[in-house]
Amino acid sequence: MISMDILQMAFYLLLLILLAIPLGFYMARVFNGESTFLDPIFRPLERLIYRLTGVDAGREMNWREYALMLVVFNILGMAAVYLIQRIQGILPFNPQHFGAVPPDLAFNTAASFMTNTNWQAYGGESTMSYFTQMTVLTVQNFLSAATGMTVAIALTRGLARRSARTIGNFWVDLTRSILWVLLPLSLVLALILVSQGAIQNLNPYLTITTLEGDRQTLAMGPVASQEAIKLLGTNGGGFFNANSSHPFENPTPLTNLLEMLTILIIPAGLTITFGQMVGNRRQGLVILAAMLLLFVFALGVVYASEHYGNPKLGALGMRGPTAMEGKEVRFGIVNSSLFATITTAASCGAVNTMHDSLTPLGGLIPMLQMMLGEVVFGGVGSGLYGMLVFVIITVFIIGLMVGRTPEYLGKKIEAWEVKMAILAVLIPAATILLGSALAAVTKTGTSSILNPGPHGLSEILYAFASGAGNNGSAFAGLNANTPFYNIALGLAMLIGRFGVILPVLSIAGSTAGKKVVPPGPGTFQTTSLLFTGLLAAVVLIVGALTFFPALALGPLVEQLLMLAGKTF
Amino acid sequence: MPREGNISNRLTGSSNSFNRALLVPAIKDAFRKLDPRSQLRNPVMFVVEIGALLTTFFTLRDLATGMCTMLALNIQLTVWLWITVLFANFAEALAEGRGKAQAASLRRTRSETMAKKLVNGQVQQVSASQLRKDDIVLVEAGDVIPGDGEVIEGIASVDESAITGESAPVIRESGGDRSAVTGGTRVLSDWIKVRITANPGETFLDRMIRLVEGARRQKTPNEIALTILLVGLTIVFLLAVATLEPFALHSGTQVPVPVLIALLVCLIPTTIGGLLSAIGIAGMDRLLKRNILAMSGRAVEAAGDVDILLLDKTGTITLGNRMATAFIPAPGVTEAYLADAAQLASLADETPEGRSIVVLAKNRFHLRERDLGSLKASFVPFSAHTRMSGVDLEGREIRKGAADAIEAYVRERGGFLPSEVKAAVEKVAREGGTPLVVAEGARVLGVIYLKDVIKGGIKERFAELRRMGIKTVMITGDNPLTAAAIAAEAGVDDFLAEATPETKLKLIRDYQAKGHLVAMTGDGTNDAPALAQADVGVAMNSGTQAAKEAGNMVDLDSNPTKLIEVVEIGKQLLMTRGALTTFSIANDVAKYFAIIPALFAANYPELKALNIMGLATPQSAILAAVIFNALIIIALVPLALRGVTYRPLGANVTLRRNILIYGLGGLIVPFIGIKLIDLLLVALHLV
Repeated sequence: MISMDILQMAFYLLLLILLAIPLGFYMARVFNGESTFLDPIFRPLERLIYRLTGVDAGREMNWREYALMLVVFNILGMAAVYLIQRIQGILPFNPQHFGAVPPDLAFNTAASFMTNTNWQAYGGESTMSYFTQMTVLTVQNFLSAATGMTVAIALTRGLARRSARTIGNFWVDLTRSILWVLLPLSLVLALILVSQGAIQNLNPYLTITTLEGDRQTLAMGPVASQEAIKLLGTNGGGFFNANSSHPFENPTPLTNLLEMLTILIIPAGLTITFGQMVGNRRQGLVILAAMLLLFVFALGVVYASEHYGNPKLGALGMRGPTAMEGKEVRFGIVNSSLFATITTAASCGAVNTMHDSLTPLGGLIPMLQMMLGEVVFGGVGSGLYGMLVFVIITVFIIGLMVGRTPEYLGKKIEAWEVKMAILAVLIPAATILLGSALAAVTKTGTSSILNPGPHGLSEILYAFASGAGNNGSAFAGLNANTPFYNIALGLAMLIGRFGVILPVLSIAGSTAGKKVVPPGPGTFQTTSLLFTGLLAAVVLIVGALTFFPALALGPLVEQLLMLAGKTF
Repeated sequence: MPREGNISNRLTGSSNSFNRALLVPAIKDAFRKLDPRSQLRNPVMFVVEIGALLTTFFTLRDLATGMCTMLALNIQLTVWLWITVLFANFAEALAEGRGKAQAASLRRTRSETMAKKLVNGQVQQVSASQLRKDDIVLVEAGDVIPGDGEVIEGIASVDESAITGESAPVIRESGGDRSAVTGGTRVLSDWIKVRITANPGETFLDRMIRLVEGARRQKTPNEIALTILLVGLTIVFLLAVATLEPFALHSGTQVPVPVLIALLVCLIPTTIGGLLSAIGIAGMDRLLKRNILAMSGRAVEAAGDVDILLLDKTGTITLGNRMATAFIPAPGVTEAYLADAAQLASLADETPEGRSIVVLAKNRFHLRERDLGSLKASFVPFSAHTRMSGVDLEGREIRKGAADAIEAYVRERGGFLPSEVKAAVEKVAREGGTPLVVAEGARVLGVIYLKDVIKGGIKERFAELRRMGIKTVMITGDNPLTAAAIAAEAGVDDFLAEATPETKLKLIRDYQAKGHLVAMTGDGTNDAPALAQADVGVAMNSGTQAAKEAGNMVDLDSNPTKLIEVVEIGKQLLMTRGALTTFSIANDVAKYFAIIPALFAANYPELKALNIMGLATPQSAILAAVIFNALIIIALVPLALRGVTYRPLGANVTLRRNILIYGLGGLIVPFIGIKLIDLLLVALHLV
């Protein structure tokens, strides 16, 4: 059975790579402004959009302008999400007559969807009207994913260009990533989901009588359209509270496979895009390989831990996999482990299993992946630029050892790049640690914890890791819909998002202006297998060193206690 | 004349970094540097010092209140934290100490000298410190030159050993490239009039003192970047440790502050933080040992990045002079006859080329040197007009010279240049040699093959450089044909023929535009623009003041081949930094495994599973980690001062090697070290 499971996981990875490579090449053409087969449809639309908005598509921006446009655009988006939630009671498409969302929750949700986090302190089917779901939440799913892509592309240009002052036009990158990439892929995926049984309607909720004779309310809604971008954009905010374990969101094994594939397809594809745009495909492949290495490691731990389960149950004479609490029976151990690893590798946060119920070690890995900065594939765009930050740190530390000022793609890595790269790592880490520490010792923080002992600490750590890492999944044992957590986590998401984007754009601006040192035998090669290993090791060591004490008191000790026969 | 040795050896008596004369002041300085103001320059060690202060405070408080539970541990922690700071201070002081000793010695040579200032043709005795720029002084045999200046009149031999360590006197004369004199050197014979070019305190000697002293040492770009990384890591660990307390409280336990500080100090990169400035100073020092004076640490660092070396052909790649290597006779002439004629024509020719022809004739045909006087021969010297030299004796007129000059000469006499000779001339030129044609009267005898002699071992050196990723470019005034042949023989990657100062400058700019970093050496005033443009410009000390001002290093030995060593030292400097950084970070893994289980032993005994080293008690574990952390600094001081072993290999080989030693080694060594210290602590009943 284990061999079947491993075969399944290997099959998934193979499919992922086979799909990501052509998509990567395609995206490179899109962002280089080259012709693609979708041009006949989207070129006229693109021109129309620029004419209506007054965007001068030919005008390039320096990194400051680019960052300013990005921030202003996102603030406006957040304001819109907040406003619509507050007035949804008087807006149409609200068959269940939901009233205004409370201010703290509305702020949290607005920050969450703007930052591509999709942390949900609310239950979708009991809080949001169809209008809110469609006009602001789904729209932000597109916009936040596109924002991530623009930053990754801007950084790629910054590294590829030589002695340049500009890194592209934010509006053009944004428009093209939506029209050419997110929209067509979402359309295709949504149609497949509908064909498999995902629902797409605007009907009031159904009340039905179950076989046992109980009455049950069945939530309805335009699910498939939101579902598609939820996964493709690594957003993860489910239409329903149960997210991708809900049969209307994830009806069949085929949709489960497709959902897992679509979460990682753009982040994986962007590494290929990167290699293509910097003019050396191996540079992209090396990053992809490092991500794969970390992913396989994470998946292995989660799967092994879940498969092994709790020895206490084995002692009771139970056979086979026992760690089924919180898992959908139709997905089982392997597809639950796979989904949990994928969704936290990518900053997606869609779930088909309840992470709170994973074994302690199985829960540690999703947490660690978020703490590492969501760079194992990571979010759309954010995974690539996050990993490139680690590349810069790796090149700087290791590169010195060849006896030259470290350089990446011929660009010298100097004080400014190091400073910004460190900030991009430090800001989210500080947010997670300080936020968790605050929650762990204050009454408002600890009163939300439903589980005692180290598991309670894990829940807090997970929440802040998920927020600052812009993941959005949760350990459900924490009641996060309190003013404290809504505001603290909302801030964590904002800091975790822009605390990385702004340093990254500044790196893009600074490297764009540099000359390129021609490679030679004295150059530290970043296209070797050795570099793949080094990059993965630096990601792991930096993450482990930062969070080891916290993890030791959370999931690590919990696992050890479980092995000693104590559970929480 | 025997060399007095390089200046570092001469001044400190020994190149050993651990001699006692340096150790004692370094230990004193280590304590002096505890002043927080001087620690601020080094943020990592500043944090350690604050930690040591806090631990001291808590220990004293416990002593005062009689709280004895943790007293023994706290006292030992306090001591070892202070020792950590002192060790780092000591490393820096030791590195500085060598420079300081050199500076003190240099200062002695600058001792108050009197100058003979010329005012309206009258000599006035003034103190050297009163001289200002553009003053004129007279320096006679036995006088010390009172300041940097330029010879405007006269010629003298000067002992420059105070600056260069080279005791052979050099000639300084007005005009040309040998007009610069340095304050503190001594005129041995004759007299010169010198125009002072530097105000007191700005002279070469002053600058040299400041440089070796490291008083105004500024952080280099790479050092700044690395410091930022280290500060970043320190903040990360500060957060990790500071938030540990709330997490511990949440878990129903409390970690004493001294223990938290111990954990913090173990985690922050103290190894590299403590040794960083010592590495930089030692890099400059290694250059100085080779008698190269770097005007800034930045230049040393840039040397490591250099990937193009511009090397002058003459003196660097080839021995200074051409040598005759073959006689190629014309049809109908024997080689011996040609050799005989060539020897006769060269007997009075004192140029190195002329001498080499005589030597070759002797070696090939045992032709003894003959005395021109007894032969009744008259020597015809080389003139720019005829472009020939030769000899007239007993009716024979022998001439040697460039092919076209000789051709004109024999044509005048009704002769001609045989086509075979013409072919030989072309062949020699093509092979990088210089053909000299010999004629007797109207008859052409043949060709002397004058060859540039490539220095021994230089080709291997260039191959090494190529493996390191450095391209060598030969600069020569020769024509492209000759240059190409020599370039091929010496194994350089490229050459610039018929070079002028302008083409040199342009070449550097072209390379730089393509992203390369260029190093070059130069001595003449016309080299100054190129020296200034190059990323690393090494001026020869024998060169002009202008060249020395333009370059960012001065080679006191005036040996252009040393450029290669400069590059190696630059690389070694960067490698040492990278290696110790990697080592420092890799160390943290073991320290976590030592301390984390110890912190929560009471509350979560299950965490013992992480105590993979099997350390005796929580106290011994914490103490062992702190002690290891302090001792590793002192253990690595020699490495920091000496630099990591450098081999001229490609980047990939070097990298693999260093990762294995410093990365993997950094992971493993502390596991062993901490365990050993733990065993020792238990054996000594210290915990």
